[in-house]
Amino acid sequence: MILGALRQTGRLFALAVEVGRAIFKRPFQFREFIEQFWFIASVTILPGALVSIPFGAVIALQVGSLTQQLGAQSFTGGASVLAVVQQASPLIVALLIAGAGGSAICADLGSRAIREELDAMRVMGVSPVQRLVVPRVLAAMGVAVLLNGLVSVVGILGGYFFNVFLQDGTPGAYLSSFSALAQLPDLYISELKALVFGFIAGIVAAYRGLNPRGGPKGVGDAVNQSVVITFLLLFFVNMVMTGGYLQLVPPKGG
Amino acid sequence: MGIEVVVEGLTKSFGRQNIWQDVTLTLPAGEVSVMLGPSGTGKTVFLKSLIGLLKPEEGRVLINGVDMVNSPERDIFETRKLFGLMFQDGALFGSMSLFDNIAFPLREHTRKKESEIRRIVMERIEVVGLLGAEGKLPGEISGGMRKRAGLARALVLDPQIILCDEPDSGLDPVRTAYISQLLIDLNAQLDATMLIVTHNLDIAATVPDNMGMLFLRRLVTFGPREVLLTSEEPAVAQFLGGRREGPIGMSEEKDAAALAAEATGTRTARPAGPREIVPQLEPSPGLPPRRAVTRRRERVLGLLDRLPPAARAAIERTYATGGAAPAPAAGSGA
Repeated sequence: MILGALRQTGRLFALAVEVGRAIFKRPFQFREFIEQFWFIASVTILPGALVSIPFGAVIALQVGSLTQQLGAQSFTGGASVLAVVQQASPLIVALLIAGAGGSAICADLGSRAIREELDAMRVMGVSPVQRLVVPRVLAAMGVAVLLNGLVSVVGILGGYFFNVFLQDGTPGAYLSSFSALAQLPDLYISELKALVFGFIAGIVAAYRGLNPRGGPKGVGDAVNQSVVITFLLLFFVNMVMTGGYLQLVPPKGG
Repeated sequence: MGIEVVVEGLTKSFGRQNIWQDVTLTLPAGEVSVMLGPSGTGKTVFLKSLIGLLKPEEGRVLINGVDMVNSPERDIFETRKLFGLMFQDGALFGSMSLFDNIAFPLREHTRKKESEIRRIVMERIEVVGLLGAEGKLPGEISGGMRKRAGLARALVLDPQIILCDEPDSGLDPVRTAYISQLLIDLNAQLDATMLIVTHNLDIAATVPDNMGMLFLRRLVTFGPREVLLTSEEPAVAQFLGGRREGPIGMSEEKDAAALAAEATGTRTARPAGPREIVPQLEPSPGLPPRRAVTRRRERVLGLLDRLPPAARAAIERTYATGGAAPAPAAGSGA
C-alpha cells in the first residue's frame, strides 16, 4: 500500500523531470502548443472572470466587516487586495486549470492511450512526452500566468465595487491602503504560484492520462483522480510557498 | 536487405501471471515469418516486446546490436525507426485525416518537402488500395480500411522490419487473400524482414517462409514452414486442423478429465497421412522475385539433416519441383 503510493509518486516525479528535459529538446511542437494554449484559455477565461467577481466581493465584505469592528476600516482595501492577489487568485486559477484544462488533457491522453495511439507514436520513434505532454504542460503554465493576471484584476475590481458602493468605503482610503500595504513581490509570488500550479496541473493530468488502467472506464477514473490529486497537491504547495514567502519577504507595513 | 532479429530466452509476466517463458528464435533477414497461436497466448505481447513497448523480465531481443529490452531508451527510439508495426485495429490518430496519419512519420523524421511527402504518401495509399479516402478521418471508415491505412503508415519510412498484428482480423476471406498477396508483394519490393502474428490458417499456409507457434506459455516450435505444417505435435496438429480434439480447450488448456473423456469418446475421422502443403504465394506479375527465396533455400538446405523426417521430405519435395512456382494466386493487387 505505502510502497504503491511511493511508486506512483516516484513515477510522477520522473515524468516531471522528463518533461523538464524534453522542454529544451528540438523540434519544439509549436503548433500543438498554440492549439492547446488556445483551448485551455478558451475553457478557463469566462469561468475565471465569473468566479473571481463574487470571490473578490466575498473577501471585500468579510475583511471589511472585520476591519470595521477593529476600527481599521481604512486598511480594508490593502488587506482584501493582498488576499485576492496572493491567495485567491492563484487558487482560482489552479482550480480552473486543473478542473477545466487538466481534466481535458487527461481525458485526451487517456483515450489516446487506450486506442494505442501513444504506442503507435512510440513505435514510430516519436516520444509522446515530447510530442504531446510538453506542449500541454507549457500551455497550462502560460495560461495559468496570464489567467492569474486577469483573475487578480477582476477580483480587485469586484472587491473595490463592493467596498465602495455597498460598505460605504471611500475610494481614496481603498487605494491609499493598497499602496501602503501591497508591494511588487506580492505580484511576483502570485505569478510564480500560478506558474507552478499550472505546471503541477499539467504534469498530474498527463501522468494519469498516460497510464489509464483498463478500458474506457479507466480513462474516466483517471480524469477523476487527476483532478483530485492536483487539488491536494496544489493546496499543499500553496501552503509551503506562502509560508516561505512570509518568511523571506519582509512585509511592507511592518 | 532486411535485418535479422534475434530473440534469446525471452520471458514475460504480468504480475504473477506468466505469459510465455524462454522464447528463443531468430527471424532470418528478409524472410516472412508467421507466429501462430490460439487466442490469448500472448502473440501481441510478443510483438510489442520485440519493438520494446513492453519490457520482458528476462532475455534479449537483438537488432543491429541493440537490445530492445535493456538498451538505453535513446538507442531503442533510434532502432524503432527501422520498424513498421501494423496494429490490430490500425491505431490511427483519431484527430488526423488518413493522409496526415500516413504522412506523420515522414513529417516527424524527415526534412522532406510537402510535395515530396504528398508523392510518397499517395504512392502508399495506392498500394493499400485506399485512393479517394485520404481525406477521411479514421472514425469515418471501416475496420478493414483502418487496418490498411495502418499498414500504409507502417510502410512510409521504408522499414527494414515489418511486424503485422493479426492483419486478417475483421476482414472477409477475399480481403484476407488480398492482404496475403499484398504482404508477399511488399516483401518482394522492400526485402524487409516480416513477422505476422495471426491465427488465420490461410495466411499461415500460404504466406510465410518460417512458422512458429505459441501455446501454453512457451514457443512450441519455430522453423521453416514445412516443419510446422508437417508437425505431429498434438497442439500444432489440432490448431492447423481447426479441430476440437486435442490439448487446446476453450480456455487455453484442457484439464486431464476433459482429455480422458475425449479419448474414450468417438473421434472424428482424421485424414490419414501427412497434411498437404499448399504452395507459397508468389509476388504478383511484374514485381521482382523475392530475394529471400534464394537465401532461404540455402539456409534450409543447410539445416536439412537436423529437421524431422516428415519436414525434410516436404522440403525436398518443394525444392525438387524447381522451387514450386505455381500460377500466381488469385488476386494480385496490381
